[in-house]
Amino acid sequence: MQLNTKNQLQENLIFTRPSSLNARPHHFCPGCGHGIVHRLLAELIDEFDIRQNIILVAPVGCGVLAYFYINVDGCEAAHGRVPAVATGLKRVHPDNIVIGYQGDGDLLAIGIAETIHAANRGENITIIFINNALYGMTGGQMAPTSLVGQKTKTSPYGRSVEEAGYPLKACELLATLAAPVFIERTSVHSIKQIIKTKKAIKKGLSNQIKGKGYSFIEVLSMCPTGWGMKPQAAVEWIETHMVPYYALGNLRDR
Amino acid sequence: MSKKIFMRGNEALAEAAIIAGCRYFFGYPITPQNEVPAYFAMRLPQVKGTFLQAESELAAINMVFGASAAGARVMTSSSSPGISLKQEGISYLAGAELPAVIANIMRGGPGLGNIAGAQGDYFQATKGGGHGDYRIIVLAPYSVQELADLTVLAFDLADTYRMVCMILGDGYLGQMSEPLVLPKPSSKHFDKSGWALNGAKGREPHIIRSLRLNPEHALEDLNVKLQKKYQTVAQNEIRYEEYKTDDAEYLLVGFGICSRIIKAAINGLRDKGVKAGLFRPVTLWPYPYQALQNCAKNVKKVLVVEMNAGQMVEDVRLALNGAVPVDFIGRMGGMIPEVEDIIERIESYAA
Repeated sequence: MQLNTKNQLQENLIFTRPSSLNARPHHFCPGCGHGIVHRLLAELIDEFDIRQNIILVAPVGCGVLAYFYINVDGCEAAHGRVPAVATGLKRVHPDNIVIGYQGDGDLLAIGIAETIHAANRGENITIIFINNALYGMTGGQMAPTSLVGQKTKTSPYGRSVEEAGYPLKACELLATLAAPVFIERTSVHSIKQIIKTKKAIKKGLSNQIKGKGYSFIEVLSMCPTGWGMKPQAAVEWIETHMVPYYALGNLRDR
Repeated sequence: MSKKIFMRGNEALAEAAIIAGCRYFFGYPITPQNEVPAYFAMRLPQVKGTFLQAESELAAINMVFGASAAGARVMTSSSSPGISLKQEGISYLAGAELPAVIANIMRGGPGLGNIAGAQGDYFQATKGGGHGDYRIIVLAPYSVQELADLTVLAFDLADTYRMVCMILGDGYLGQMSEPLVLPKPSSKHFDKSGWALNGAKGREPHIIRSLRLNPEHALEDLNVKLQKKYQTVAQNEIRYEEYKTDDAEYLLVGFGICSRIIKAAINGLRDKGVKAGLFRPVTLWPYPYQALQNCAKNVKKVLVVEMNAGQMVEDVRLALNGAVPVDFIGRMGGMIPEVEDIIERIESYAA
């Protein structure tokens, strides 16, 4: 609070809820990374002033209620089909900003065909991929991104290479394609990485606004509930376990 | 008089869709419907539309979902195995109340089956197919002319009720060429501004979804609303044709291409002095139960002829509820019932 020239009390808030973020309680668990990414996305929608131009495609998974939290036109997609639904929307409304929001089971298991083909067509859309190394919504099953040795509901003795092969690296897979204009892996486990994540999503949105083509941002994200950890331990697990396998950084920016 | 042209069924279907205002087509190759996407690929760029060959049937139906959510007239087509793959998407379209037109140019099944025309997907088309309590409107054309006419109608029905409308043809109808007069576009206008997605400019956001987590106040409410809508469709949209039924002693029932064989048999029987007639449902859902019941009031026997093991015959039995004996002739695996077999069967009743 400070006094203005008329000696009236006036608020001087330096940190507020982005206007694109709805004032409603979210369903995410304590320590979950989704809320951070939602907020970053809402901040960027405000900064670009594109709230009235967005169509947000929500996946099956923990991200499904994104359309309740971000104050934009929203569309559900069947499990794995976010890029297909986004393609249909974007082809009809090329001037809308179409954002796909997906988890690891959605994007890399049931939906890997749609992921690769939408990227390969160079659809002018922005995909935000939350990699938390398991299926969160269904209670913590092994995902294509679960680490070798990682214990989940469906890999109770740890993911074995003999049974399940190696974790898939989405960014590296997509970087084999010619069409994508932007591919970057970031994380939300530290302030520094949160800032980098915001920059990457910003680039992904600005690419689409400019009509440049397909942008893909993978975000390593905490799932304390699924991992059976306290939130602080989950933050540390990303640093000690995920980052060594899923190297952070940009793979494509043109 | 409009000009008669000569066209293949699959191409007439695609041209009629363009006449109806369809500017988006998403599909995946499968025989015997390949002329549909090929025609769209040629024609849609000429009318500033979008043709996209999807990476799978799953992707195609979900691209349809997106384009429909965006407010566009959109369609996909496929044949039996491909339609099986689209069933999840059809259920999602129903749950989200999105309009779309889907053509199933049926082939022989089950499994990979073959590429000959067949009618083995009647159950799948009319009784569900995907998960949950939902309905789709099913139209069964029997000529290239009717295929084109019903395609224009299908878009209006889909938009009127915000639901999926399926054109249930078969490989023979899709592949054969016949003279037709291209249909006129409908004069109906559909305002989708109350729900379609195009960015929340100066309005509250629209959300297209089928997720309703609360059973009591959300998902059951949605289901009640859907069932009411389906009742309205059943009241308003039943279509059928009767052929020489006025004095008929024997009533034949068939849909789609099969009814042409039946008509030939009826003409053969009439030449021999046997009074036979045809009842042909055009809407397979909603099914014309009452009209069939009325039509069969004074007949001695009903004979259902299908290119399957006996699917629509169950609805005929439901409509007649034991009032008239119902017999059945079915050929499977892409085989076609013979005119002579139908005549022989009817004659055997009198003997």
